[in-house]
Amino acid sequence: MEGNIAELGKFIGAGLAGIGSGAAAIGVGHVAGNFLAGALRNPSAAASQTATLFIGMAFAEALGIFSFLVALLLMFAV
Amino acid sequence: MATETQELSQHAAEVQQAAGMPQLDFSTWGNQIFWLIVTLVVIYLILSRVALPRVGAVLADRAGTIANDIAAAEELKQKAQEAEAAYDKALADARVEAARIVAETKAEIQKEIDAATAKADTEIAAKVAEGEKAIAEIRAGAVEAAETVAKDTTAAVIAAMGFTAPEAEIDSAVSTRLKG
Amino acid sequence: MATEAHGADAAHEGSGLVFHPMDQFIVKPLFGGTDVHWYTITNVTLWMAIAVLAIVALMVLGTSGRNRVPSRVQSIAEMAYGFVYKMIEDVTGKDAIRFFPYVFTLFMFVVFSNTLGLIPMSFTTTSHFAVTIVLALAVFLTVTVLGFALNGAKFLGLFWVTSAPLAIRPLLAVIELISYFVRPVSHSIRLAGNMMAGHAVMKVFAGFAAIAAVSPLSVIAIVGMYGLEFLVAFIQAYVFTILTCVYLKDALHPSH
Repeated sequence: MEGNIAELGKFIGAGLAGIGSGAAAIGVGHVAGNFLAGALRNPSAAASQTATLFIGMAFAEALGIFSFLVALLLMFAV
Repeated sequence: MATETQELSQHAAEVQQAAGMPQLDFSTWGNQIFWLIVTLVVIYLILSRVALPRVGAVLADRAGTIANDIAAAEELKQKAQEAEAAYDKALADARVEAARIVAETKAEIQKEIDAATAKADTEIAAKVAEGEKAIAEIRAGAVEAAETVAKDTTAAVIAAMGFTAPEAEIDSAVSTRLKG
Repeated sequence: MATEAHGADAAHEGSGLVFHPMDQFIVKPLFGGTDVHWYTITNVTLWMAIAVLAIVALMVLGTSGRNRVPSRVQSIAEMAYGFVYKMIEDVTGKDAIRFFPYVFTLFMFVVFSNTLGLIPMSFTTTSHFAVTIVLALAVFLTVTVLGFALNGAKFLGLFWVTSAPLAIRPLLAVIELISYFVRPVSHSIRLAGNMMAGHAVMKVFAGFAAIAAVSPLSVIAIVGMYGLEFLVAFIQAYVFTILTCVYLKDALHPSH
């Protein structure tokens, strides 16, 4: 069980950064859920807004991707 | 295969030593970027020179055809409606005509019937008159015959009783009696 | 192939489960040797060439009939054409139609790389940061150069939010500037990250198939993941393209 403290810190940090991906998942779910709620109220307007839905999901997901990137960098690059 | 595998494992080990993640092994980036640019340029040239103009032309052609077909269908529909109107009009005309012909025919037949009835009536009247005349003649004949028989009988009775009488006297006597 | 080799090693060693989810992404020369020079023909070259052939088969051979009533392949090509065309028209505007071949090239390359990568034993070119960063930087540089060429200094109005109160505008400008330069990063990492994560997860599930007790579960999980990955392959291509359209809109119409 020898090992250095930096290795330990890297793995712990990567795990913590992984939480960010879960948070982004909540955000994307929120976008999709609200879209669905709005779409059920006004189905005729829903079709024209799917592009906005995907753009919103992409932006919400971007921040999760940053945390994923941080995790990857900690694991493999640092 | 064995050597290849060995090489690959060796390479993988090298990679893992270098970065641990093939994506972050920067020694391969030059290769990937070079081939990516080649690929993108090839795809761009193929699409922009050949594929997209062709698909665009096909879509435009189809849109034009559909528009034309819709216009033609509209025209045909118009024609069909006109034809239907003409048909309806012809039907109505025919009905009127038929009604007129029926009425005319009825009137004609009525006239013929009337004429035939009138003709039959006159014929019947003529026949009746003829018959009456014949009956009258027969009756007259019968009276005359009866007079002759009466005269002959009278003359025979007178003769049988031994008398003689002039014929004229007998005749007048009988006639007077008969007229009685 | 690398995984096979490692699997064999694991079997020999008898050391239980060995996961090498990342080995499928290794770039290796096709014709021997271990050095990867910039001109070396590698599996990257092979799968990009297959993508090009697939695009040619769909867009050129499929439409060679020019039928007024399309064949099956031709209607797929027309569907892709109409899909991207409508996306540009709706998101960027009618004046962006001149960028249609460019956007369509990106879309076709990404969608074919993603789906070809789902073939077992294949190599997913879009799972590499090198590839997606070049794609995203191409969009980023196009937008930046085009924005300044078309609008001049007015393009900087993108960062100066006139609808906000004057006091917080400098702060917003900093935020907008950062988000502008982060765009190529998120644009590229999103695609590569999604592709890589999906494939790695499938490999991990495949590793569990070595244990007899859970192997049926593992196979079912792989089937489910495969379906999800197929969806993700299309959605990520769509997202990549639509974000390209959104960024192009900034270049053409920088006013908010």
